[in-house]
Amino acid sequence: MTTLKDARERWVRTGGVELCVAELGDPDQPTVVLVHGYPDSKEVWSEVAARLAGRFHVVLYDVRGHGRSTAPRPLRGGFTLAKLTDDFLAVVDAVSPGRPVHLVGHDWGSVQSWEFVTVRRTEGRIASFTSMSGPSLDHFGHWINARVKRPTPRRVGQLLGQGARSWYVYLLHTPVLPELAWRGPLGTRWPKILERVERVPGGDYPTTSLPTDAAHGAWLYRDNVRSRLRRPRPDAYAHAPVQLITPLGDAFLSERLYDELERWAPRPTRRTLPAKHWIPRTRPDQLAAWITEFVTRVEGGRPEPTRPTGRYADRFGGQLVLVTGAGSGIGRATAFAFAESGARVVAVDRDAESAARTAELARLLGAPAAWAETTDVSDEHAMEKLAEKVTTEYGVVDVLVNNAGIGLSGSFFDTTPDDWRTVLDVNLWGVIHGCRLFGGRMAARGQGGHIVNVASAAAYQPSRALPAYSTSKAAVLMLSECLRAELADQDIGVTAICPGFVNTGITTTARFTGVDDEEQRRRQQRTARLYGLRNYPPEKVAEAILRSVVRNEAVVPVTPEARGAHLMSRFLPGALRRIARVEPKL
Amino acid sequence: MTRAVADELAVELRGFRRVQRLAYACAETVAARLEPGTTEREAARMQREWLRERGVRDWFHLPFAWFGDRTAFVNFRVPMQFFPTGRRLAPGMPFILDLAPVYEGYTADIGYSGSLGVNPVQDRLLADLEAHRELILREVRERRPLREIYAAVDRLMVRQGYANRHRAYPFGVIAHKVHRVRQRRWSPHVFGFGTQSLKGLASDALHGHREGWSPLWSPYRFSDHPPQPGLWAVEPHLGLRGTGAKFEEILVVTDSRDPEQSAFWLDDDPPWGSRRASEFERGGTRRWAEDR
Repeated sequence: MTTLKDARERWVRTGGVELCVAELGDPDQPTVVLVHGYPDSKEVWSEVAARLAGRFHVVLYDVRGHGRSTAPRPLRGGFTLAKLTDDFLAVVDAVSPGRPVHLVGHDWGSVQSWEFVTVRRTEGRIASFTSMSGPSLDHFGHWINARVKRPTPRRVGQLLGQGARSWYVYLLHTPVLPELAWRGPLGTRWPKILERVERVPGGDYPTTSLPTDAAHGAWLYRDNVRSRLRRPRPDAYAHAPVQLITPLGDAFLSERLYDELERWAPRPTRRTLPAKHWIPRTRPDQLAAWITEFVTRVEGGRPEPTRPTGRYADRFGGQLVLVTGAGSGIGRATAFAFAESGARVVAVDRDAESAARTAELARLLGAPAAWAETTDVSDEHAMEKLAEKVTTEYGVVDVLVNNAGIGLSGSFFDTTPDDWRTVLDVNLWGVIHGCRLFGGRMAARGQGGHIVNVASAAAYQPSRALPAYSTSKAAVLMLSECLRAELADQDIGVTAICPGFVNTGITTTARFTGVDDEEQRRRQQRTARLYGLRNYPPEKVAEAILRSVVRNEAVVPVTPEARGAHLMSRFLPGALRRIARVEPKL
Repeated sequence: MTRAVADELAVELRGFRRVQRLAYACAETVAARLEPGTTEREAARMQREWLRERGVRDWFHLPFAWFGDRTAFVNFRVPMQFFPTGRRLAPGMPFILDLAPVYEGYTADIGYSGSLGVNPVQDRLLADLEAHRELILREVRERRPLREIYAAVDRLMVRQGYANRHRAYPFGVIAHKVHRVRQRRWSPHVFGFGTQSLKGLASDALHGHREGWSPLWSPYRFSDHPPQPGLWAVEPHLGLRGTGAKFEEILVVTDSRDPEQSAFWLDDDPPWGSRRASEFERGGTRRWAEDR
């Protein structure tokens, strides 16, 4: 067992089988029990367990018939939920006799854990339960019944959707064939399938026991699914606080399955993740962070989810978000919106005072932590230092928002090479540095993420008044598109936001070329006034940014005029060109 | 200023101060009676009844109550949305009571921000409103055009990280004039505003239009004039995401040359400023008019 380093092993004998139990970490710390799914063995948790071992007493065991645990004889009838509950209690009694444990289950591990956490005889033995990709069969039964009894179009759709996702369950109910397949070609090809379809990184997982695990595990389905779905228990209420982690890209389970969860578990903590089914392999950092946060919260006597929570709290809770240009305008509003959703925020601005202010208010709004960093995004060395510091002190950034930008207006022939350099340094090089340094680390970690580059409607709307600015923003737009293509394989989304006229401080800092100071000031005031009259709030752009991350959108024009211009750039480019020739009166 | 004029002013101000204190007493009482489940309509009715019992017969405007994200006027598009709704108060929710009774012919217009239990965001907003109170008084004493003061308040808000929510008020006003009102046996109101008070505002608007000033302090060109002597109900309103906070109190502007006398808060009670700030440092909850 190379995948679980420094694990202490013990064997627990119960009900005619011997279970292989591995322990990591200090036994005096709260115990976290990780239960694996199908077709897996306890090694599926190796990455998560290693990350939890520093703070908790981590216990993993091979479910009967899997990994190195022995199989019951005969197999039929040996995998009922009641027997699995016996196994769990035996393990818990052995590893944590005096103290309730924190239960974490994935896939079938979660299905059986739901049984553990809803039956009477485990009461007082479970402190909390984190469920991933595995509903309670009882809740599932009620879910189906509700939809069959009252088949509204939407409910029928949900039923058919989940019915289609469960194709493998039907196959597993056929006799002998699954065993043959697993012990034959499917078993040998499975690692490659996982890698290609489920994007599970290769290496020492799955283990060599896979064919037997999968063959034995078929009885998990045969022994339980039909009987439970036909007669779900009416009293399957959870007696411990529940955290539900739902991967949104799960090919086997619909997220709608948990719509009525509140009926069974009071005030569950909901989390969502843009990932496929095998999250213990693909997203160990995020899972370890959420488990740690939840277990710590429950141990501290606060099982309820924390308030206040923004609309996307399930998605961004605890994630690390870095926003450049966070001292004002769209950057600040974005930092606040992420803070409200419970994200940890790094507010970067070249003005120390306003960055500090953003961080302070972000903490008040619900960010578990927020830091201010003073950096000029156009300064390569400063950005490198920042990336180094952020990575070592706060971790790898989950969402990067390259927002910092400056405005420059005036005829092309009044724009000096220095003007060009200033604009490109901030608007384009700032984004390049951000993507290169933070995006690079994101890609190297290999656990997904998202990059948002704030471009502009000027990226596709030409104008004789904004040659330099529009050029820089058009470059940002194309950079985002190219990067999106390159990073798609690594589950990192890239979005270009094109706001349009938004009432922010960019008007008062924008420069106008080829005019004296007084005219400069007059034009700044005039544009600020016009933008003020337009009065499109930066909060709405922030909202669009969060939404685009959740939906993984490519190009997002925000204001109506930006959306209109975007449509025209596709269907009426000639009209846009004619508009571009108009000189705005300032 | 002659002595007789000064005395007359003092008598007048005493009347305005009295009704302002009555209004704050009402807000405090009602705020103390708010509990989880109270609706905005109930809170508005409580204010109305409390003041009716104490002799208030006319209003500058009927009492308002805003709960939760309605304190920041989230998604307000039409003026009717200002009126109290069935929104229920929940623990931790911010609220704002805004009431403007007319008593013995004197008008008050106050805003009272608080929260049911702890709301650190609103505490921070209230603490930061101090700076606005000082800024407004200072710039009015400097006789700067109202429109410029409005812009200065805006800049300070943006620097503090807040959104300008008084922009949502009719004409985007940060302040408006209030007057003595003649008491009538019948005092009807239209769209929540007392007709007597509206008449006062309208006649001011007419005079102002001839003389180049306006009784509404807005970001627009018609406010591009120095402060006009009289009583101004000043109501800066800050918002941060779904939380809003405002204060509203009367600023007395006179034509005196002495800067101290040229503008002052009707009821300037210094302790509340410092105590509010210090209480914020301690992390306690406070209410806008706690110390009055």
